[in-house]
Amino acid sequence: MFSFDLLGNAVVAGILLGGFYAAVSLGISVTFGLLDVANIAHPVFIVAGAYAVYAVNTAFALDPILAGLLFTPLFYGLGVVIYRIYYVSFERAGEQSLRGLVFFFGLLFIAEVSLSLAYGVDYRMVEAPYIGRSVSIGPIGISLRLGVPCVVGLLLTLALYLFLSKTFYGKAIMGVSQDSLALRLMGANPIQIKTIAFGLGMATASLAGALLIIIVPIEPSMGREYIGRVFAITVLGGMGSIGGTLAAALILGVAESLTSTFSGPSWALAVSFGILLLALAVRPSGLFGR
Amino acid sequence: MEIWRDEVNKNGGLLGRPVEFVYYDDQTKPASIPGIYTKLLDIDKVDFVVSGYGTNLIAPVMPIVIERNLVLMGLFGLGNNEKFNYPYYFQIAPNGPEPGREFSRAFFDLAATQNPKLRTVALVGADAEFPYSALAGARENLKHAGLEVVYDRTYPPATTDYTPIVRAIKAANPDVVFVASYPPDSVGMVLAAHEVGLQPKLFGGGMVGLQFAAFQTKLGPKLNGLVNYDFWVPEPTLNFPGINEFLKKYQAQAEKQGVDPLGHYLPPWAYAMMQVLGQAIEGAKSTDQKAVGEYLRTQAFETIVGKVKFGSNGEWDKPRMLLVQYQNIKGTDINQFAGPGKRVVLLPETWKSGSLIYPYAEALK
Repeated sequence: MFSFDLLGNAVVAGILLGGFYAAVSLGISVTFGLLDVANIAHPVFIVAGAYAVYAVNTAFALDPILAGLLFTPLFYGLGVVIYRIYYVSFERAGEQSLRGLVFFFGLLFIAEVSLSLAYGVDYRMVEAPYIGRSVSIGPIGISLRLGVPCVVGLLLTLALYLFLSKTFYGKAIMGVSQDSLALRLMGANPIQIKTIAFGLGMATASLAGALLIIIVPIEPSMGREYIGRVFAITVLGGMGSIGGTLAAALILGVAESLTSTFSGPSWALAVSFGILLLALAVRPSGLFGR
Repeated sequence: MEIWRDEVNKNGGLLGRPVEFVYYDDQTKPASIPGIYTKLLDIDKVDFVVSGYGTNLIAPVMPIVIERNLVLMGLFGLGNNEKFNYPYYFQIAPNGPEPGREFSRAFFDLAATQNPKLRTVALVGADAEFPYSALAGARENLKHAGLEVVYDRTYPPATTDYTPIVRAIKAANPDVVFVASYPPDSVGMVLAAHEVGLQPKLFGGGMVGLQFAAFQTKLGPKLNGLVNYDFWVPEPTLNFPGINEFLKKYQAQAEKQGVDPLGHYLPPWAYAMMQVLGQAIEGAKSTDQKAVGEYLRTQAFETIVGKVKFGSNGEWDKPRMLLVQYQNIKGTDINQFAGPGKRVVLLPETWKSGSLIYPYAEALK
């Protein structure tokens, strides 16, 4: 059943999917990759972002992506609050590894139950003019439902990359991930920097949520399905490397798409995680890890 | 179920006792079932248990009720009693004595009657209990329709992008596409089919979720042409006594409760399941499991979804699965789905309310 049309379409679909995966993984890349905070609740906050977008889209017919952008300051603030609680309760006492994990597990459940109580457990979707449409470039079809999220995902990645590499606060965040004592000697407060970084990671959740609800219908507990995938992407890309996260997301997206097209779709996830294991065996620090 | 309870209690309860519900959230997770039912039976000491929603959540209840010889009312299970043949399991969805086969029988019967003859079929579904049963039934039924399988694959339930799958199906160029999917994948498949331009002659089958108002009002005209199973639709041929009064009561409360605003798919059956259990308890004049179980096995029951009589394996003695086609949907206004004409019944003949628009592409115009 092989044809070059199918191959081209599978690769393009994989890249589109990869762009979306990158957007979903960026928050983890910052919090887990740079700050070493295993925020396993992040995917649930993405779902929370998706519900916020749903509410605004349903009430005011606002474009989902604009709605997602609108909520970023709110999610930034939420991130700041969560990190403060986490720092005071666990990190300061040096008990972050296991108890911190339990804290985020708890957050995950609380967020899920809150969403269930607020919206019920039925699936929700949004409306946008690009959902269900596609454009063709020669034999290659691009579904806009995935194309638009991919472009937004790439822009988000670029913005975060530029912020971290070009701005003072960005460089300070990179610094705190390498040596927080040295940062303190430079006169910067590592806790404040970490708070900003965590807030930033969380702020990506509302936009990622907008992309999620454009692509698939959502329900409160679906965030769990993404936990494995986003951590795999972060680790495969190399801890804390934004470029690496994008590369890993694209690799996993293309691998899933090729597997779905040419062998059984059932194997898609197994192949993705197989690639992760193989890559880590050869490069334990990930593709772009330092 | 609460509507039924309130009505029964208003009329004096069952056997002169008020009906009280004890329930816990199973979070749609089969692993939570054994703990919940053990608590219901040993600590809360309930008189009767009913199942949660769907095949995956009924499966873990079966060993518990079989061990204790309890009556179990099942809500939308597909073939849960196939291997057990437990006498006191009763399932309300009208799948009939051969649930696996019945789920796709009408779909392939319809395929077999098309002219010129249809030759090839693609089968696709999720990696889970219900789609596996439905696909196994489809593989049997398609033989009688004389179809050759050109694609037969499953996908993980957490799939994000369905376009690669739909492209692979399109490349196989089947006349018929049979899908056994859960709600999120049903939406994913419909959207991907429109994006990729998959237009077989007959498309649909066992797609769960398209019956929900939440999806109908978002997918709108993209549903046109799909031929899918259903249990009850607001067509004139299925206007059973009591159903409209029930839906009126349900719809008045639906928005406040955050549930499906139309409630055509699951709510009437949950209500009917309780009607059956209530009538059996009254009929047996007892809460004894054996007495009620035997009454359920032997008697017929009048409900808002029609007359219900169970066969030997606890399924309806005669199937009444509907095959409907989505037709003439314009825009996404919810009101159009409340009345007839949008999901017309094609089979069985007894309940038929309209004709097939064929091929699939014709209905999209």
